[in-house]
Amino acid sequence: MTVLHRVESESGVADTATVTAERHSPLEHRVAEFERSAVHGPRGVRLAEEPFLTQLDLRMPPSGTALRAVSEELGLPVPAANRVSGDERQGLLWLGPDEWLLVAEEGRAGELLGVVRSAQQGEAGSAVDVSANRTTLRLSGPMAREVLEKVCSVDLHPRAFSTGHCAQTLLGRAVAVLWQVGREPEYRVLVRCSFANYLADLLLDAMAEFLPG
Amino acid sequence: MTSSPNPHRLNASVRSGRIDRARAIDCTVDGRRVRGHPGDTLASALLACGITEVGPSIHRGRARGVFTADCTEPNALVQRLDGCPEPMLPATELEIYEGLEVRTLSGVGWLSGQRDTAGYDKKFVRSDVVVVGAGPAGLAASLVAARGGARVMLIDQHRELGGTLPDGQAHVSGHPATEWVGRAARELAENENVRILTRSVALGCYDHNYLLVAERRAEHLPVWRSSGPRQRLWHVRAGQVVLATGAHERPLVFADNDRPGVMLASAVRSYVNRYAVLPGREGVVFTTSDSAYATALDLLSCGARVPAIVDTRAEPPARLVEQVRAAGAQVYPGSVVTAATGEPGVTGVRIAGLDGNGSLTGTPVEVGCDLLAVSGGWNPAVQLFAQSGGTVRWDPVVAGFVPDSPGGRSARVVGAARGTYDLAGCLAQGFAAGAEAATVAGFRVAPPAVPQVDGDRPVGRPRPVWAVPDESRPRRECTEHFVDLQRDATVADVHAATETGMRSVQHVKRYTTVSTGVEQGKSSGVNTIGVLAETLAASSPGEVGTTTFRPPYTPVPLALFAGRTRGPLYDPVRTTPMHTRHEQAGAVFEDVGQWKRARYYPKNGEDMETAVLRECAAARTGVALQDVSTLGRIEVVGSDAPVFLDRVYTNKFSNLPVGKARYGVMCGADGMVLDDGVSLRLAEDRYLMSTTTGGAAKVLDWLEEWLQTEWPKLDVYCTSVTEQWAAVAVVGPDSRTVVGRLAPELDVSAEGFGFMRFAETVLRNGVPARVARVSFSGELAFEVNVARWYGQALWDAAMEAGRDLGITPYGTETMHVLRAEKGFVIVGQDTDGTVTPLDLGMNWAVSRSKDFIGKRSLSRPEMLRADRKHLVGLLPVDGHSLLPEGAHLVDQRAPRRPPVPMLGHVTSSYRSAALGRTFALGLVSGGRERVGEVLRAPVGGTDIEVEVTTPVFYDEEGVRRDGAAQG
Amino acid sequence: MLLIRCPWCGDRDEVEFRYGGQADVDYPADPERLDDTAWGNYLFVRANPLGTLTERWVHTAGCRRWFSVVRDTATNEMSPDIPSRRESR
Repeated sequence: MTVLHRVESESGVADTATVTAERHSPLEHRVAEFERSAVHGPRGVRLAEEPFLTQLDLRMPPSGTALRAVSEELGLPVPAANRVSGDERQGLLWLGPDEWLLVAEEGRAGELLGVVRSAQQGEAGSAVDVSANRTTLRLSGPMAREVLEKVCSVDLHPRAFSTGHCAQTLLGRAVAVLWQVGREPEYRVLVRCSFANYLADLLLDAMAEFLPG
Repeated sequence: MTSSPNPHRLNASVRSGRIDRARAIDCTVDGRRVRGHPGDTLASALLACGITEVGPSIHRGRARGVFTADCTEPNALVQRLDGCPEPMLPATELEIYEGLEVRTLSGVGWLSGQRDTAGYDKKFVRSDVVVVGAGPAGLAASLVAARGGARVMLIDQHRELGGTLPDGQAHVSGHPATEWVGRAARELAENENVRILTRSVALGCYDHNYLLVAERRAEHLPVWRSSGPRQRLWHVRAGQVVLATGAHERPLVFADNDRPGVMLASAVRSYVNRYAVLPGREGVVFTTSDSAYATALDLLSCGARVPAIVDTRAEPPARLVEQVRAAGAQVYPGSVVTAATGEPGVTGVRIAGLDGNGSLTGTPVEVGCDLLAVSGGWNPAVQLFAQSGGTVRWDPVVAGFVPDSPGGRSARVVGAARGTYDLAGCLAQGFAAGAEAATVAGFRVAPPAVPQVDGDRPVGRPRPVWAVPDESRPRRECTEHFVDLQRDATVADVHAATETGMRSVQHVKRYTTVSTGVEQGKSSGVNTIGVLAETLAASSPGEVGTTTFRPPYTPVPLALFAGRTRGPLYDPVRTTPMHTRHEQAGAVFEDVGQWKRARYYPKNGEDMETAVLRECAAARTGVALQDVSTLGRIEVVGSDAPVFLDRVYTNKFSNLPVGKARYGVMCGADGMVLDDGVSLRLAEDRYLMSTTTGGAAKVLDWLEEWLQTEWPKLDVYCTSVTEQWAAVAVVGPDSRTVVGRLAPELDVSAEGFGFMRFAETVLRNGVPARVARVSFSGELAFEVNVARWYGQALWDAAMEAGRDLGITPYGTETMHVLRAEKGFVIVGQDTDGTVTPLDLGMNWAVSRSKDFIGKRSLSRPEMLRADRKHLVGLLPVDGHSLLPEGAHLVDQRAPRRPPVPMLGHVTSSYRSAALGRTFALGLVSGGRERVGEVLRAPVGGTDIEVEVTTPVFYDEEGVRRDGAAQG
Repeated sequence: MLLIRCPWCGDRDEVEFRYGGQADVDYPADPERLDDTAWGNYLFVRANPLGTLTERWVHTAGCRRWFSVVRDTATNEMSPDIPSRRESR
């Protein structure tokens, strides 16, 4: 077999150093709009993009040794269903009985893929870099839940959903991963890039009720 | 008094009413100024001004008046003119505000062409206990459930809580009932787990305790004062439902029962007590049960005269009779009102005796009046209960259809909604149901003791009369005995329906149009059923049964259902990271599912045809590029990935070497083509599958279905990476040069980078990329993939690298032409779920050596028929006619008149720059055997002759894909 | 709008799911050994009772797991779920 160039590096294409100047997030042109739409105070709510977060999709048998090894290596317990372990800096989100999403700060895909794959030791499972697949919206403020309740049918009442909870669900007509990161409340919404503008439109529209005047 | 704008408004010392007399509100009705106060409905304001009459009736033009004080109103329907005109609003429910302008209607409104700019939105919430109706029973249920700690939602149609308590004079624990209501409202409002929605109608109650609730948030406010949504549609998922929906009073049917001045007895009470309006000064009361005696007492206590209380019962409860006699009213027991007299408004009634058989006795007497308060009994509001799957039965004791317990499901029905009309009973049922519901929902709580109450206590059984016999005419001639005021339907109409042979209430409803108005049978339904039962000599209305109760409970604007889901928020518009560049290049877009894909890039005002010919020429003779970031991509990982792909693709993937790519076709179990695409083998245990743009989600679902439900032991995991990647196809003889510049580290020579190979590299701009030599055009072509966030940079770099070669962006239309020239199918365009790979002539892609999903189906007799439709090429004989896609193809000798046997149809049709003519693909019965035949395509009255060919039109030898044509 | 209990994500609205028809219609071990009628039955013939039916759903907008429920087709009452086979292995 004549392979002239690497077919697949250990950690995938995105491994190579990030070329920041060439990189664009789907909502970067809407920063000013987000700022204009922010409402402060007791009936406040704000929207922002947190682009380029590292995201790895992990699929593994839930009872296998690979999962335990990966969890130990990352220092993150395996989260219960619909929960997140870790924090905003590095969190492991439950997506399904054999699927998790590792979310970390920007630019760590290569390193973390290496950690996961070496912990996996060739056992069944997959780890795929999906950092560019989704962008992240951050919705926060006392009215954030009220806003989400206009577009999402999951029960978001504090008795049912609170900090450290996550859900894959529909926001309007877009599938998204909802992650409550703070009590205020504060949410991260991970959404596929092509839906990001729609979702931003949807949330800004739902927020408009709280704009003064 | 005459100078007062509200001559019928009661003095505050007589009745304070729930209105704010300190402020006046002016609105306009039919051009007339009507003055009322905050708290008034349009109907109460009209009555206060002495206006009883509203628009004439729909068919017969008869004068009509305000008839109710609730959502069952059949007459006082208005068109709102201020703001966005809205039709058929009941004046009895319309709260007045400054600037309100309406026109009264004759049963028909009109839709405005104006765009409704008011906001309508939605909200999704869950609640442990949902209580519909904030009368005494509903309030009681809410209080207990909330005390148990449950999340409670209390929904009521009206501005104020309390149900009909503010309409009456009842006392709880020695204080006016309204004070108890106030305390309950405060307790609920202070509980953070309780949400109270007033001015909100539960429109429907569906499976699994799903309720839709329409909240009027700003309807009662003038447009200039309302901010935020005007109405909100709540999608409520309840753990437990308590229905305390109350009851609606029935009208009575007698001659000229539609005259202005005839009004429901409960409505009269409501106007007197809630709105401090006296609808008449001489009020006759005609009743079949106890409740209307309170109406008489209310009228008397306001200084009105009550010349007669006409009771169908021979022996009304003595206590009531004594009470009203003491107050100055005369009671006519065992009697009926046979007719209202006066025109247009009521000036009197004719009273006659009614014997035990329901026949008139004695000589009718005439009594003068300007108001006739009628009570035909009560209909429990079982609509929501029935919608949620409950059944109802006729209860002869309460003379109404009541929930058939234990026939219903999870909804608990309490109070008047189940035929309980006394206050103590309503409170007891409410407390019990609230406690039960909360306990079942996980919040254990016990019902409190019922407080001491003093209020209406019905003691006598009602004696319903469905239609008072006419003094002289038989039923078939009772054309002024109205059963449905809004539809102008009469006893004679119901009789006529039975004469034509109809027996079912459903048929009679549709024949007579009874209950098809906005009240949807709430007032007309049961009387019609009663009349029908008598006409058919049925034993009771229960034997006739009801029509089906359907949502919505009250009319609702369609705009509310749309909510914010319109315009740009109607459906997601998905765009690729290069979208801005396509816009800047002037692309015309087409919708492919939710994606916006560039269709073509017109230059200098080109039409599509010209642009596409230019783009095609660039791809065939120079270099062109397309954004292919919408293709679906799935990583298939695991030691069994090769086995798995062998099973899902018709061709083999286990023998694909690492570093190489292969085209594959997927079938359903029925053998029909499902999707296709190229898969790369990244490693022994790792493939990157691509799918069609529209098939991405479907294919992932499909793979997961087989892995999870059929082959759980396979070590395979699928991950969608569609949007991890952005990609461009660089196509044409000069593509090698362009990709060579774009990816300087890559050996792009024919020898160094063979067809269906791929490699990873770093582009000139530093961006890591995966480059594959795949071609959907037959030309030398490369597909360059980068992480999604580099998509725009990739586009820019490719354009830059090909600028001196005239690199031309092309869209989906050109892509379609290029692939069709090569006979490559597009799944979903050239296939439609009835086409197998063999029909497409793709035997080369169908493995004989392994099983795959759908293989067994390919040998079913149906699949082996010689007349199956095959993919063929089609060449219009004249060389320039463009066949419409979808055009039928018939034999030349086929008859001109139907039935014309159809041989097939055109699936793709284009003009080709390379061929210098038009051409098409199509599916034709036994098509491969027809190559060379000429068929007819009848198009718009003329025929286009087409020759059947093989589907490959261009470079049949396949030499161009390696760039042989270069140089 | 039915409320469907995903065995993994909990109660979610019906819009998040896709219906998968009658459950337990297994892919034949060796399709080639089935005659045309038997294969046709596998492909096309499904129960359609008025009453209880074991059926499959997939939580497409959530965890993408397939699972089975017993539903009364007359009342839409749904019984507790049966975990999909992958998870029960």
